[in-house]
Amino acid sequence: MTVLAAFLLVVGAAFLAVSCLGLIRFPDFYCRAHAVGKAETLGSILVLVGLALHNGLALSSLKLLLVLGIVAVTNPTATHAIARAAIRSGFAIWRAPRDGGGDHDLAG
Amino acid sequence: MTTLLLVLAVFISLLIAATLYRIAIGPTVYDRLIGVGLVGTNAVNMLALIGFLYGRIDMFVDLALTYALLNFIGIVALAKYFEQREEKA
Repeated sequence: MTVLAAFLLVVGAAFLAVSCLGLIRFPDFYCRAHAVGKAETLGSILVLVGLALHNGLALSSLKLLLVLGIVAVTNPTATHAIARAAIRSGFAIWRAPRDGGGDHDLAG
Repeated sequence: MTTLLLVLAVFISLLIAATLYRIAIGPTVYDRLIGVGLVGTNAVNMLALIGFLYGRIDMFVDLALTYALLNFIGIVALAKYFEQREEKA
């Protein structure tokens, strides 16, 4: 059980790191919303499930699963709300430059 | 296991610090909002980890619950606010 919990915690932290990397490196707002909306949710789910497994059978484990449910529902919803606000405000979607140069600035 | 939890807590705090870079330079306000949401979600994970580190998970899990709800409400309210503001401009 401890090994499984540790595995889930490490994999979840890896997904959190990927999400943070995507937020920093992706070229425009919608790509960043994509990174945060999915990878962050999966990382949080894995970390919280790992913590609940580590805690064992108790009331606080049930509450951890409740936190998990709230994060799993609200995090994509919040990201969607921000993306909707952006696209309704006429925020253009980024396209890769057509001139064949592979050296464009990804950090934008 | 306690060492692993401590390492994970330090790692997540480093991730939050890296997210602050995007919040600082983010070209538009929406990038900053996305960054704030990511910091909030990481803070929820961080609170659960801190609860295990202090051995008081029965108290800290309530804090994490409250923080998750408040984070969501704040982000949605800010998204609505900036959407309306851009429409009028």
